[in-house]
Amino acid sequence: MLIKKLTDANGLPGNEGEIRSIIKEELEGHVDSMLTDRMGNLIVTKNAGKPGKHIGLSAHMDEVGMLVKRVEDSGLIRMGLFGLDPRILPSKIVVIGKDKVKGVIGTKPVHMTKADERAKAIELDALYIDIGASSKEEAEKSVSMGDFVYFDSEFTEFGEHKIKAKALDDRAGCGIIIEVLKSDIKTPVTAVFCVQEEVGLRGSMAAANRVSADMFVNLEGTVSADMPPNEDYEKVTVLGDGPALSLIDRSSVYLKEYVNKMTAVAEENAIPYQFRRTGAGGTDAGNYHTAHGGTPVIGVAVPCRYLHSPVSVMDKRDYENAIKLVKAFINKYGEEQ
Amino acid sequence: MAVNTALLKKVCEIIGPSGHEEHIRAAILEDLKGYYDDYKVDALGNLIVHKKGDGPKMMLAGHMDQIGFMVTHIDNEGFLRFSNIGGFDPFLLVSRRVVFANGVQGVIRCERLDDFRKDLSQNKLYIDIGACCGDCAKKLVKIGDIAVYSASCQVDETKVMTPALDDRLGCFIMMEALKQLKAPKFDCYFVFTVQEEVGLRGAKTSVYNVDPEYGIAYDVTLAFDTPKALKFPMKMGGGACIKIKDNSVLCSREVINLMEKAAKDNNIKYQLEILEGGGTDAGAMNISKSGVLSGVISVATRYVHSDAEMCAISDIEDSINLTVKVLEMGA
Amino acid sequence: MDTKKFVMSICDASGVSGYESEAAGIIKDAFAEYCDEVSIDRLGNVVAVKKGKGKAKVAFFSHMDEIGLVVLGLDKNGFVRFHQIGGYDQRTLLCQEVVIHGYSGEKVFGVIGIKPPHLQEPGDAEKSVKMSDMLIDTGYSEEKLKELVRTGDIITIKRKMIELKNEAVSGKALDDRACVAAMYECAKLLKDYNHDADVYFVATTQEEVGSMGAIVSTYNIEPDIGVALDVGFAKTPELKPSQCTEFNKGPVIEYGPNIHPKVADMFKEAAKEEGIPFQLEVYTGNTGTDARVVQVSRSGIASGLLALPLKYMHTSVETISVKDLKATGRLLQAFVKHLNGKDLEETLCL
Repeated sequence: MLIKKLTDANGLPGNEGEIRSIIKEELEGHVDSMLTDRMGNLIVTKNAGKPGKHIGLSAHMDEVGMLVKRVEDSGLIRMGLFGLDPRILPSKIVVIGKDKVKGVIGTKPVHMTKADERAKAIELDALYIDIGASSKEEAEKSVSMGDFVYFDSEFTEFGEHKIKAKALDDRAGCGIIIEVLKSDIKTPVTAVFCVQEEVGLRGSMAAANRVSADMFVNLEGTVSADMPPNEDYEKVTVLGDGPALSLIDRSSVYLKEYVNKMTAVAEENAIPYQFRRTGAGGTDAGNYHTAHGGTPVIGVAVPCRYLHSPVSVMDKRDYENAIKLVKAFINKYGEEQ
Repeated sequence: MAVNTALLKKVCEIIGPSGHEEHIRAAILEDLKGYYDDYKVDALGNLIVHKKGDGPKMMLAGHMDQIGFMVTHIDNEGFLRFSNIGGFDPFLLVSRRVVFANGVQGVIRCERLDDFRKDLSQNKLYIDIGACCGDCAKKLVKIGDIAVYSASCQVDETKVMTPALDDRLGCFIMMEALKQLKAPKFDCYFVFTVQEEVGLRGAKTSVYNVDPEYGIAYDVTLAFDTPKALKFPMKMGGGACIKIKDNSVLCSREVINLMEKAAKDNNIKYQLEILEGGGTDAGAMNISKSGVLSGVISVATRYVHSDAEMCAISDIEDSINLTVKVLEMGA
Repeated sequence: MDTKKFVMSICDASGVSGYESEAAGIIKDAFAEYCDEVSIDRLGNVVAVKKGKGKAKVAFFSHMDEIGLVVLGLDKNGFVRFHQIGGYDQRTLLCQEVVIHGYSGEKVFGVIGIKPPHLQEPGDAEKSVKMSDMLIDTGYSEEKLKELVRTGDIITIKRKMIELKNEAVSGKALDDRACVAAMYECAKLLKDYNHDADVYFVATTQEEVGSMGAIVSTYNIEPDIGVALDVGFAKTPELKPSQCTEFNKGPVIEYGPNIHPKVADMFKEAAKEEGIPFQLEVYTGNTGTDARVVQVSRSGIASGLLALPLKYMHTSVETISVKDLKATGRLLQAFVKHLNGKDLEETLCL
């Protein structure tokens, strides 16, 4: 399954090569051209030069995670974080670097802690990875500074229609674009698989200057808070209610005219959709809509619970409906004059 | 069958904190006359009532003792200092009325404190019986005398509210079950235990002597259905509670299954109970000798260890019925 | 079975206090290969006997129960509220994958979620999330979930043991199944050895909630010497030197009021005779182990306590050294050997 392959792979900001290779392999034979720019963004064209509106698609390849910051004399490893909440680290198994060295993140035994200590978060400084090495020298035989560290989290299907995986933000978006590019769309499309979204939307800053399209659709894995005790208005998105369309966030105001085009397509094709009910967060869309004197953008996202954790959860049906929706949108508005 | 609320009221209003169970024991024995094969009172004061049955030995335990106060000092002004018998929250005690075995009434008050919220502890509390001086006080009350909450037992169609529901209610359920019992498939020992509130002591000695294979304790448990309560499952009016765990025991699955089957087969309303703290006589039975397969039937009660312990009449009825059916069903 | 393979098989099994049957089954079968009798008592303890010449009874106790979680109830939309059996640090539970052992017989997968950084309020990051605010996401609708899961169902962290460098292994429930495996190692070593004492290997239940299993099994066996084996705190950066012992330096022989001094001395002598590495530690109060209840069973038992150093106790990444584990097994064998030809009455005289 494509989404399993994409989420099992690892790609920290600035280190997206593994993801890029998978995408290139998947798209081989389905597109006209593939270009990797100096930052590592992968820019793909299909149906270039054919008649129709030129629609841009974008998703980011990078994910939140950790890397090896320092190996201590004791052989214990200190880590640096990208966008992770340190509170999710204790009591986990991690895998380090290309050799996939296993390690554990433990904590002080509960017997040695007081209640007020347990009420506070454990700080990153108090955490480390233990690979069983007894010295720095021994540890450095298999681990180097800068090595990627990821959670030992298997892609799992569970419950009703649910998927648990790491990095659904934004391999879900990558997967949607791949499926769209493999389909029989007829009009010109340029897809951008960005780097470094999680460290400040940086890959798309460069990509937006290179690619000039009539409009951009940005694909994301977005926040869901549809669990108790949250009230309906606090849920942001709800799993299973369909792809979420953005109205506003910290990086973009999505022009109503274009949002309406998307909802019209959804309704014509009986695809469920919902609106993203928060203004928080930011996406690569912000860079596209302010580039080249302005480009309209639409945000389509798959709702995910526990975003930025190794146990993110999405509903397969939302993902599949997002693919359907984007395809139908291109088929309709690509041909618009 | 309707719950005999007159009897319930009677057993709830007899004074008997831990170590002082003689009156309640006499009342229970008197009431059960004619319903048992034999009985004995052991060295600690447990009342062990035997009802013969065809099957393995089963001990039922409900404790007769209640929480209370013991006078430790009488000062020259006539104020009484006291030790607690069982666990109290000092905040709940301030302004509570108490009654001594000889009928003398008093009220618990607190010394003046700079910061009541921070400084309050039990040794800041005293009992005022309205005596004019130490000598007058000593004519009414002596050091070592015991008192309990003085509130009466209030019963209406749906609820009962009284101090000492913990655990006269357990005793009451056992008494009523014994009276209704036809042909038990267990050899039943109904044990009305002493000194539960100070550490399950009566259950520990009585179970050693009875040496049963199965044990069921009867007690109140906490109801979590009041505003902003933690999300534990027990609710007042939710049926008899079949305990899964508390701080003293992980109940035997065999006994839990037995209770559930009896409840389902006979359409008796029940709920499953998980309690974080707390303990019951089952904790003592479980680890006696080679181990006793133990369970608990409890009643979800609001405001436990206050003078307004409250539970639903319907839950009492369900608990009695469940007990009878379990004993008649057998292992 | 290879001892490392055995410890992996029992640690991956589930056996929360009071619900040890899955682990107990594996343990019973494994010991049957090396012992004369294996039985399970009323509270679920597995008791394996390797007969000697009947001159004395020595019992080793290692608990097979693990800490775990229990379903409190179902919330809207397929979420599960839970509570604990035994003591977790709530901070080790976020984003764990779990298995709910449903009353339906079905094992239901779930994850314990966390509010994503995007939605957190200022100050949230400094506080830990309370267990009472955590939820397990099962991915099921409430209606479907009701058929699978209910109040009282046991929950375990989904974890398979892994191997680290230097013969270290990490997993859940190494507290105290690592010591069950040490007893297994001893049983293997004693297979063809003639010893005076009858040796009882007891995998106890409910240690994490008050050593209920050890209370009952000690009463039943009534041993002359009862030795508890439990994991101890191995050195990690957050512990003070006085709180821990060394990792990979052998088992720890404990001294203190909860331990019969002659029993501890004999362990020390036995270790020296056989050249087994060991460490010493003193416990000033009641140990939080089965030794606490073994000592005061019946009319008093000569009690001993060995500790196997373990890192990150009560997390799902508890870590021990297989070298320490095997040395502990060898020490138990050496102890049994050491008792040969000894008059216990005299040896244990205080």
